[in-house]
Amino acid sequence: MSRHHRVIPGLPLTLGYTLFYLSALVLLPLAALALKAGQMSGPELYRVLTDPVVTASLRLTFAASTIAALVNAVFGLIVAWTLVRYDFPFRRLFDAIIDFPFALPTAVAGLTFANLFLKDGWLGGVGGHITAGINALAHTLGLGAPLPADALDFLTFPYTGQTGGIVVVLIFVGLPFVVRTVQPVLLEWDPEFETAARSLGADSATIFRRVIFPEILPAWVSGVALAFARAVGEYGSVIFIAANIPGRSQIAPLQIVTRLDDFQYAQAAAIGVALLTISLLVLLVINGLESFSRRHERQA
Amino acid sequence: MAGAPLASTSATLNRRAANGNPRVRALLIALTIGFLSIFILAPLVNVFAQAFAKGLDGYLAVFWPPSPPEGATLGVIQQRKLAEAAVQSERTWSAIRLTLAVAAVVVPLNIVFGLAAAWATTKFRFRGRALLVSLIDLPFSVSPVVAGLVFVLLLGRNGVFGDWATHLSWPDPFSLRWVGFDAGFPLDFERDFTGVIFTPLAIVMASIFVTFPFVARSLTPLMESQGTDEELAALSLGASGWRTFWKITAPNVKWALLYGVILCTARAFGEFGAVSVVSGHIDVNDTMPLRIEKLWNEYNNQAAFTVASVLTLLAVFTLVAKTAIEWKTARDHATAEGKQ
Repeated sequence: MSRHHRVIPGLPLTLGYTLFYLSALVLLPLAALALKAGQMSGPELYRVLTDPVVTASLRLTFAASTIAALVNAVFGLIVAWTLVRYDFPFRRLFDAIIDFPFALPTAVAGLTFANLFLKDGWLGGVGGHITAGINALAHTLGLGAPLPADALDFLTFPYTGQTGGIVVVLIFVGLPFVVRTVQPVLLEWDPEFETAARSLGADSATIFRRVIFPEILPAWVSGVALAFARAVGEYGSVIFIAANIPGRSQIAPLQIVTRLDDFQYAQAAAIGVALLTISLLVLLVINGLESFSRRHERQA
Repeated sequence: MAGAPLASTSATLNRRAANGNPRVRALLIALTIGFLSIFILAPLVNVFAQAFAKGLDGYLAVFWPPSPPEGATLGVIQQRKLAEAAVQSERTWSAIRLTLAVAAVVVPLNIVFGLAAAWATTKFRFRGRALLVSLIDLPFSVSPVVAGLVFVLLLGRNGVFGDWATHLSWPDPFSLRWVGFDAGFPLDFERDFTGVIFTPLAIVMASIFVTFPFVARSLTPLMESQGTDEELAALSLGASGWRTFWKITAPNVKWALLYGVILCTARAFGEFGAVSVVSGHIDVNDTMPLRIEKLWNEYNNQAAFTVASVLTLLAVFTLVAKTAIEWKTARDHATAEGKQ
């Protein structure tokens, strides 16, 4: 094999160019980040990262990304399942628009969501309608009104400037990751296994829980992790909808921008390193999962 | 996310096998349609609804402001309004020109890099190859803001190469005076620059960073699976390396390459975070996404959505092209399997 490969020309040229381009435009700038953050002393770094405004922004970024990833975990699975298993009108259209969040510029996403949740926007009243609908349903069932009228007000301006609105746009940007990792596994799935399980007396819920779910679990978890990682770094869409109040609705990437505007380069670098570390840790988890499921497959 | 050919026969089988509870099925279909309508269809349609809030005339006025009727005498306020509209539309045009110019530099550079990287990592085996592949993917896991930040820390004031970079003077490379033209549409932002950060050069660099992996990543799986047999055959028949590449490899990977180029272009047009950080919020450095932010902050809702609608149309085009390429590769795949 290696003897054959040496016959093909171009290794020095293409590898050299790849390494040059990669180093000049990715590795060198990233090294500058490490260098700038490394110039700070330990206590200084600690002070920057424990500044109340910074910790609040990191907490917000984490909380909003986690909620968005969990919502996507549930709905992404439902969407992927429905698209693969059922036929319904416009199925192909719905399938095609799943990738829309990948293709749409983040600024446009933020702009349109910020507008949708205004009082006279299309979704401005959706929280109130959902609350009223659930209460009406509960009333007809004789359960009283379980939800206070303002339960979903976080879906209405100006409350969308806080965590609620941020979560909504993060759900948007993360959705395709979950659907597009789970979908291929469901497509490859051989229904023979289900027939076998059913003939052994298992009901649909048991089949899903014991037979199908373990199969899609690794893909599902890595999809959710990808959605989470994307949400942690997301900036463009969030700043349009968030009120950007320090300590309350400022996400961590916005903290970097604020520090840069004040020429606090070292502080910006410190927060940048924190964000980058989180992303790389998530990436490691995903890689671990993938190699785990590959090994698992080979054993099976 | 890659355009893996979908196993359509097994999908059909799956759908037929779905004999679960009809209530569960109805509920899941309703949830899917409801969720996708609220989270994807509504924002998409809303862009156009808002852009056309003042009708077609209002939409076009964002790009071509109305001129006063011939010989009309205008009040001071009307004159000011017209002048303001003219300035606003010129800023929008400048953003469109800069966006196109940046993409015109970024995409070809990333195509060359993507081809070189895919060739090196798929046609050869060497130590550190796996590491190189993960490093090429690295920009995908970096926050856009951090992608802008690293260039400021490298080349900005107080940056690692700050002393050198901030004293760099360079003429506008996009200027048409280099080819003997006086400046004009579409490339007429005549400037001389000092420094790198807060200039279009920094916007190009940041855009390269965030679009870096697209072409390489869409080529690698295909070139890996195609192996080296055809290239070896051509080489053994005496073809040169270049000829082998153009006649054998390039036709084999053209659809994957187009796929990567489309994704790369879409991202180059739409990048916000990284470009925002290195643009310094200077008007002449505005790309279309940055222009949208400024219009929104100026409460010019309809104009912001009008610019956004252009980018949204591009996104729709991207999706259509992507779906078409996926169907085509899936069909080619099926035909190839049928022949065997």
